[in-house]
Amino acid sequence: MSNRLSGPLDDVTGDAGYEAHPERMGFFTDTSVCIGCKACEVACKEWNFVPEDGLLLTGMSYDNTQQLDANSWRHVAFVEQTKPVQAPSPTVNTSASTDLGMPTVGLPGAQDPQAADNGDIGVRWLMSSDVCKHCTHAACLDVCPTGSLFRTEFGTVVVQQDICNGCGYCVPACPYGVIDQRKDDGRVFKCTMCYDRLGVGEQPACAKACPTESIQFGPLDELRERAQQRVERLHEQGIDEARLYGESPDDGVGGDGAFFLLLDEPEVYGMPPDPVVTTRDLAAMWRQAGAAALTLTVGVALSFVGRSR
Amino acid sequence: MGRRDGAVVPDAEFRSYYGRPILKKPVWKQPDVPLYLWLGGIAGTSAALAEGARLSDRPALERVARLAAAAGSGIGSIVLVHDLGRPERFLNMLRVFKVTSPLSVGSWLLAGFSTAASVSAASHETARLRPVGRLAGFAAATLGPPLATYTAVLLANTAVPAWHEAYRELPFLFAGSATAATGGLAMLAVPVAEAGPARRLAVAGVALDLAAEHRLESRLGMLAEPYQQQRPGRFLRAARGLNLAGAAGAVLGGRSRAVSSLSGLALLGGSLLTRFAVFQAGLASAEDPKYTVVPQRERMRARESQLA
Ligand code: SF4
Ligand code: SF4
Repeated sequence: MSNRLSGPLDDVTGDAGYEAHPERMGFFTDTSVCIGCKACEVACKEWNFVPEDGLLLTGMSYDNTQQLDANSWRHVAFVEQTKPVQAPSPTVNTSASTDLGMPTVGLPGAQDPQAADNGDIGVRWLMSSDVCKHCTHAACLDVCPTGSLFRTEFGTVVVQQDICNGCGYCVPACPYGVIDQRKDDGRVFKCTMCYDRLGVGEQPACAKACPTESIQFGPLDELRERAQQRVERLHEQGIDEARLYGESPDDGVGGDGAFFLLLDEPEVYGMPPDPVVTTRDLAAMWRQAGAAALTLTVGVALSFVGRSR
Repeated sequence: MGRRDGAVVPDAEFRSYYGRPILKKPVWKQPDVPLYLWLGGIAGTSAALAEGARLSDRPALERVARLAAAAGSGIGSIVLVHDLGRPERFLNMLRVFKVTSPLSVGSWLLAGFSTAASVSAASHETARLRPVGRLAGFAAATLGPPLATYTAVLLANTAVPAWHEAYRELPFLFAGSATAATGGLAMLAVPVAEAGPARRLAVAGVALDLAAEHRLESRLGMLAEPYQQQRPGRFLRAARGLNLAGAAGAVLGGRSRAVSSLSGLALLGGSLLTRFAVFQAGLASAEDPKYTVVPQRERMRARESQLA
């Protein structure tokens, strides 16, 4: 039971009952090359016919989308950080892809791929396109009482809209705050990793639209290898804060089907630092509830013992 | 949650994305869901109480308990269906059975329980189909206690920090709260001469409720805050007052009709307030990224220092 509810799981698709199935597909979002163009957000909306999510000026840098929810399945986070830049800033051999249209102010080739040299105060932009993590152990799927949420043959997690009855259980179950209810509809919606496109051998709309290959789509095993190389290269270049997030099968959700390369702590981007699938503790919870029910039964029985009326 | 024993107040310094919540707040509605927690608790406990009343020959107590079990679960089901985003699809709840989903387990439990409790109450009221009624009453008494406590798992099996981390205490808190409320209801509606078990039940329920709540608040460290502050905190303090008053009334004035009725009302109110408080404490903990980030960071530090 433990392996089915938490911990590493090699063949998540096979575990879900598929006999012959394609490789597990995933996203690797390399935020070090994200330029904040939001092409992914737009492509997702267009392809999946996702309705408008309210128009609002938030004052949160360039982020008016604010969060992932029922009507935003990709969300580009913008963080502006000021930090002193050591002068003279070392010239770093950035790879071709990191040079693509970065919104830098001042000299290129600052120490950080998303840093800009601006006198003695550097402005560092962190941009990251967030998405459903398509967890190995997906809490949303575990708790769904109708079977509406299911594991596809690609190892992704998808809502079947004709079955969802809007019970809302998946919403607080997700440790990343991804899935949400569409208020005027009653049902829940989230990223499907473009299940329809995958079915015909196409890549998801966001990955296709991404001009810098910040969003990479492919077999999860390949992506994990590629990400490892990328983070090592960044470390060699002196960018020590580069780290992978969600790539490890040993994490609290058994690894994400959509994982990230980040340049700061996950909570800075609005992601939990140590997410755990809630069902990891479910057996213990049922035991507690059973013991409490037993206590209650004994209590009722004892109340009839003793003094007459 | 490692080394958190209430003595060390964790550092509330944390980073976030513009202070925005990381988790999605439950979309479950008020008063629907807290009301269901309360009704389910009373219905489940009442079904067990009814069997005791039958065996000990207390007809008035038995009648009230059977009616409470049927009505509580019936109204509870309506409230739950009303809470759905697509109420017309409520039957999809019985499309599959999943132990990993407390809501699936609970739907089956509630469906079975309310059927059994209704049959038992109807048979008892009309004096028809006695053997079937007996069997149904027994079935309801068996399903009742789990019905009263599974709701704690329903809340705890989420990423909501104040609910999830309280998974050890919540079932006992709910069992205590349900027992106190059921005792209270019977004290209110049953002649004092037959209400002895109800009074003892009420006192025991209050004791369990208070003990579980105390344990929860001392074990949860920072995550106890949502239970202590703002509206949930006020509700829980008021509930404690009502519960203690109700229990005192049961012990000291149980033979008085007036005191019994007032105590019963206090206990019912105390339980209802407790359910609202627990529900709202969860919402508050989901809304503030502090409760997501700080405990997780602490967990990571504990893991690292264990490795080192
Ligand atoms: S990130 Fe949330 S919504 Fe996506 S699969 Fe994991 S639990 Fe489900
Ligand atoms: S809201 Fe829909 S998808 Fe989410 S748990 Fe309920 S039935 Fe499943």
